[in-house]
Amino acid sequence: MVAIAPPRSRWPRRGRGESKSEVMDRGTKVRWAVITLLMWAIALLFIAPFAWMIVSSLKREIDVFRLPIRWIPEPVTWGNYVEVWTGNYPLTKYIGNSLIVAVARVVGELFTASLAAYAFARMEFRGRNAIFVLYVATLIIPHQMLLVPRFILYREIGIYDTLWALILPGIFTVFGTFLLRQFFLTIPRDLSDAARVDGATEFQIYSRIILPLAKPALASLAILAFVWSWNDYETPLVMLTTEANFTVPLGLTRYIDEGGGFSAALIMAGAVSSVLPVIIVFLLLQRQFIAALARSGLKG
Amino acid sequence: MATQGTDIIDIPGQRVPVVGERTKRRSLRPGSWQGYLFILPNLLGFAIFTLLPLAFALAVSFADWDVISGIDGIDWIGFGNFTELVRDANFWGSARNTLVYVGFSVPLTTAAGLGVAMALNGPIPGRTILRLVFFIPFITNTVAIGAVWLLLYHPRYSPLNGGLRNLGIENPPAWLASSDWAMPALVIIAVWAGAGYASIIYLAALQDISPDLYDAANLDGASSWERFKSITLPLLTPTTFFLLVTGFIGASQSFGLINLMTEGGPGRATTVLSYYVYQNGFEFYRFGYAAALSWVMFAGVLLLTLFLWRVQRRMVHYE
Repeated sequence: MVAIAPPRSRWPRRGRGESKSEVMDRGTKVRWAVITLLMWAIALLFIAPFAWMIVSSLKREIDVFRLPIRWIPEPVTWGNYVEVWTGNYPLTKYIGNSLIVAVARVVGELFTASLAAYAFARMEFRGRNAIFVLYVATLIIPHQMLLVPRFILYREIGIYDTLWALILPGIFTVFGTFLLRQFFLTIPRDLSDAARVDGATEFQIYSRIILPLAKPALASLAILAFVWSWNDYETPLVMLTTEANFTVPLGLTRYIDEGGGFSAALIMAGAVSSVLPVIIVFLLLQRQFIAALARSGLKG
Repeated sequence: MATQGTDIIDIPGQRVPVVGERTKRRSLRPGSWQGYLFILPNLLGFAIFTLLPLAFALAVSFADWDVISGIDGIDWIGFGNFTELVRDANFWGSARNTLVYVGFSVPLTTAAGLGVAMALNGPIPGRTILRLVFFIPFITNTVAIGAVWLLLYHPRYSPLNGGLRNLGIENPPAWLASSDWAMPALVIIAVWAGAGYASIIYLAALQDISPDLYDAANLDGASSWERFKSITLPLLTPTTFFLLVTGFIGASQSFGLINLMTEGGPGRATTVLSYYVYQNGFEFYRFGYAAALSWVMFAGVLLLTLFLWRVQRRMVHYE
């Protein structure tokens, strides 16, 4: 009895037909070979600016723009890295600042967001939904609108031109609360109800039941918050003027707008140094990283 | 042996579902004030760093004010900023530039992401490496991106144009130095930087589509294009909608790359609204006008979002 499967409301993840889709005829094989070649060609184009950045960072200044491009530096020069790490505008200083900001933001955001998310997802109180709608509504407000008032506010409360200007607003985010709330909603109610019957307080349920179960979501938020904090350029651009406080992206601009006398090799060494930590985080936590993006995307 | 659930908490006996439990839960229990305690830290910060600035932005949009003259220097001018804005050719110019930038970069990025995801979802050798390659630009900071592309687009030494000449293109574009090519140059960077992200979101969605659907289509003798058109694409519409909306919101707000690479030029060719707001606020110190501009921007983004929302309600296929 061969029958075409009627539409069903729930499809099994691994259907009986899966083996069938693995069998490929000749035409399909040829097509995939072509697609593979094409994808690798496009990937080469995609990575070319990046490869050029790395190669140039290892060249002498006079060799950077020599055409045709030599993809293997000759001689290999590490001096650019020594200069950007320890020279007049030392990246070590900026990296230190970036790390302080990123770590403080991640820790603070995990704390305030998980507490608020717990209340929004699993507690009941008057005005809960109204407050939540207000939260979510501010997600589409243009960032620019907050720049000027925040600039004035920070000057009034004395955090303008300090690292706090980057840390504090990053601790109280709507996005983090929203992301965690969506995850907390998926944890079965019975777990916390049973604990309540046993006389557990709300805080105990939050810290001993929900948080341990929410580790993947907390990790997602931590990864995203770290990378966004590390890469943020626009906030420090507006809020910082003292060079000793610069984070990595802002510090990098020192090598770009140096009144025309910029050095391409130095900029590239700085750029490589600024990207490397994020790539390492990505390589180490690739699975979690991708899960984090998918989560922030699809549940949104 | 105990199940996973009972490891964590001790459930006294089997729980029997109680009829009407649902309604009971909805009612306010004593101790519901605790909820406020939980949201308090976040809410406090949200009020200080988001709500307060928003209220201030609303107030100051009805004033003529520069930060130098202090709070006393606020000159209330009613709708003055908004009437000026309507007559400001630079406002309309930057609105047009924003539409061009967003209108090209977001759909192109989304389409590129879909293409990459479709390919990487198939039997391609080295998928992990390819995924990494496409994704790296997305996790690269704006300044590093700006630095590389500033040099690649260099008016005299551009290695990119060196490559194009090798391919036989006699007069490659002057990119950032040309008012015709500066905007396309920025769109290229946006697609390059964003396609990897879109592809990851699409890949996650593709993996949720049941293979049974394709098998059923195969039995019907559907071609791969037909399968893509009538199964994949419709089932991906929620993802597409999400990427378009968040893409429009994000792309209309970013000004970092423009600040680094073109400063809105040549002429005003790449002055988008977000950069015009930044200029008015932090270069011309016209805080009131900047606030008014950002409210108009917000209205624009809101309208676009609502429009897309209506479109998707008719188009999107949720399972």
